[in-house]
Amino acid sequence: MAAYETIQHDVLVIGSGGAGLRAAVEASSKGVKVGMVCRSLLGKAHTVMAEGGVAAALANVDDRDNWKVHFADTMRGGQYLNNWRMVELFTKEAPDRVKELEAWGAVFDRTSDGRILQRNFGGHKYPRLAHVGDRTGLEMIRTLQDHGIHQGIDIYQEHTIVSLLKDGDRIAGAFGYDRASGSFKVFKAKAVVITTGGMGRIYKISSNSWDCTGGGISIAFHAGAELIDMEFVQFHPTGMVWPPSVRGLLITEGVRGEGGVLRNNTGKRFMFDDIPENYRNQTSTDEEEGWRYIQGDKNAKRPPELLTRDHVARCITREIKAGRGSPHGGVFLDIAWIKAKVSNAPDHIKKKLPSMYHQFKELAGVDITKEPMEVGPTTHYMMGGIKVDADSQMTTVPGLFAAGECAAGLHGANRLGGNSLSDLLVFGKRAGEFAAEYAKNNSETNISENQISEIVSWALAPFERGIKNGNAFQLQSQLQEFMQDLVGITRIESDLSKAIDKIAEMKVLIKNVGCDGNRNFNPGWHTALELNHMITVAEAITKAARERKESRGGHFREDFPEKSSEFGNVNISIIKSGAETIEVKQKAKLSIRPDLQQIIQEMG
Amino acid sequence: MSLVKFDIWRSNNSEGVFQQYETDITEGMVVLDAVHQIQEESAPDLAVRWNCKAGKCGSCSAEINGRPKLMCMTRMEDMPKHKPISIQPMQAFPIIKDLVTDVSINYQTKKRIKKFKPRKPDAADGTWRMAQSDIDRVQEFRKCIECFLCQDVCHVLREHWLHEKFAGPRHMVYTAALEMHPLDVEDRREDLKHTAGIGYCNITKCCTTVCPEGITITDNAIIPLKERVADKFYDPLKSLFKLFSKKS
Repeated sequence: MAAYETIQHDVLVIGSGGAGLRAAVEASSKGVKVGMVCRSLLGKAHTVMAEGGVAAALANVDDRDNWKVHFADTMRGGQYLNNWRMVELFTKEAPDRVKELEAWGAVFDRTSDGRILQRNFGGHKYPRLAHVGDRTGLEMIRTLQDHGIHQGIDIYQEHTIVSLLKDGDRIAGAFGYDRASGSFKVFKAKAVVITTGGMGRIYKISSNSWDCTGGGISIAFHAGAELIDMEFVQFHPTGMVWPPSVRGLLITEGVRGEGGVLRNNTGKRFMFDDIPENYRNQTSTDEEEGWRYIQGDKNAKRPPELLTRDHVARCITREIKAGRGSPHGGVFLDIAWIKAKVSNAPDHIKKKLPSMYHQFKELAGVDITKEPMEVGPTTHYMMGGIKVDADSQMTTVPGLFAAGECAAGLHGANRLGGNSLSDLLVFGKRAGEFAAEYAKNNSETNISENQISEIVSWALAPFERGIKNGNAFQLQSQLQEFMQDLVGITRIESDLSKAIDKIAEMKVLIKNVGCDGNRNFNPGWHTALELNHMITVAEAITKAARERKESRGGHFREDFPEKSSEFGNVNISIIKSGAETIEVKQKAKLSIRPDLQQIIQEMG
Repeated sequence: MSLVKFDIWRSNNSEGVFQQYETDITEGMVVLDAVHQIQEESAPDLAVRWNCKAGKCGSCSAEINGRPKLMCMTRMEDMPKHKPISIQPMQAFPIIKDLVTDVSINYQTKKRIKKFKPRKPDAADGTWRMAQSDIDRVQEFRKCIECFLCQDVCHVLREHWLHEKFAGPRHMVYTAALEMHPLDVEDRREDLKHTAGIGYCNITKCCTTVCPEGITITDNAIIPLKERVADKFYDPLKSLFKLFSKKS
């Protein structure tokens, strides 16, 4: 067997974005030995791309805000499929987690009285997103990174975990390789926290980083962890559509929060055409009133551009399909129009949305202070993922924890913008805390040689196969194409069945694909292994999507366009039931605690 | 669509060669797209570091036709096509393979800089008050995406490999962000003079020129830090005062 090095920690954190860093910081503060594996360089994880802000009911801008309003907003946005206990903990703890970042050096934009400024975002009743221009994610990851490097955490940069290791039912560590040398490492641990983020890269049009292949969700699934809500993929309404090479690149919802409006090719603000029932009493039907809301008028209702992402994305798709789209297959997002309302509008836009200005100028040759942007939906976020206990973040595998995008439950059927950044702080901290406690209360684990040798031979097999059957990048492109075409923003039984056939075919191809060269920093090899995880996640999404025969949140079925009360009461659960088989089940959702139900009713 | 030639550095360590590839370029492509296309078509083991392809993570730094740039933000339309486009790794760092360099020295250097130390909270709820005008400059520094192009172009590091003696522009910006943070009470001037070697910078401003975030590194970060160091160590009036106060 090829050589490997064994490294031991009490707690191993896999993933070094916001959730991973926050978990590692917390675990190490509890006095246990912590290792953190980064797939890329430290500080480059997908959190860095988050733009608009971090949602927390600080009530700095509107004193009517509090955790209860945030609770009701999050549950409504998630179409009540959320794990209510997670939402409760989340909305109560988010303000402290944001303030803590300030104590660690974060520099958020300020209100006129010197407190943290908050901005409007879709689905949030009051201005709630603490932010730094449109680079909030960078500020957060850098703050956590610069704090974390002084906490005594062992950091493994550019290492990839390919499998979890177990000791009986319990988690025992993880197996991976160092990208630079290709050498193998066994990370022994008493507790493991998965914080690997999302899976946008299994789609062709995506706002996600290279890292977001769903790897963490897949390794947890193969280790026996239950997945839920995998059918709920968030398609962000506003990605770039032109030029082709940047298709999918994110345009922050902050553009609409600052007054940006959506128009079709006739110049009409089409969002006024379809305001869903459950948002009717919160949404303005008048353009002037919508602008007053943006300006902070507390008596005004919010403009329909700030409806939830699932709804806005579907309205945009409708306009494009009806032939009312922009020249390159999107619609128009216009922030330049505010020059009619604001003096010094170009400077204001550049100050509030600097990276949007930069991005369009550099990559599309468009000046957003003068012309509208062309935008269309892009794969953005996985609401579903690894099922966790609300309080401790432990998965269904003892000793295995998960937090952030790869974990499920908080967002239900649709996530509100800004809730992901506070999600990773609140539950990153909790996962770190409970993983440390678990490590303290449990003994060392044993990892059998058999388990390791099996993974080693699996990991080296691509070299034996070579590239005679094509290379891994070509297969990856094929997977992205069919997921985009068949399991995208609008779904239908016939397409989903076709996708399931394609997934079965691709599984065979993946078994035959190989690489050339050696183990030193070899992307062909990495991708050949990664495909196994991508196909696992693709299968879970597609099968869950076929199971949910209704339309709700991020999941829209052309053949079942309405919500069904039957499916409104269940989460779709997925577990591995055999070497090659997965079991899809409907599970009754937890019934909500009466006092929380009352909050939902009171908030209307 | 047009066929374009690329000379890409291929190596497993410092020994290497430029290898020529040709690929089809379509509208709007950036250099990183071309590299990915070459990977998919003919060089699956070509090592390249990248993450976001949106100019936000700072992973894909390289030298394109000799200029330090992010591959994801360099449009093919802006490149001269009459000769092959050369892509090589950053020259100020050891090469791991092909276009990937070992930038770990930067993480070690940063760890040596004293961390943020806030004053006591201003309000009873543990929060602080800061005016936006007092943080504008710090926010400029905090735009840094750690692409290390400024380190790459700095002659102290690039020509003389003095990474151990001079922290480099990135870490001057990092230190400036801490020193000018309205809440920070730490004093890093001693370290700036000695461990960070701020005196090595002779203000050629190359770092400012290559910064993809447009941070005015030399004028806004390094020069004010040099002034602070000078105030502490070289103020003639203070020296005289010290001299006399010792005697009395």
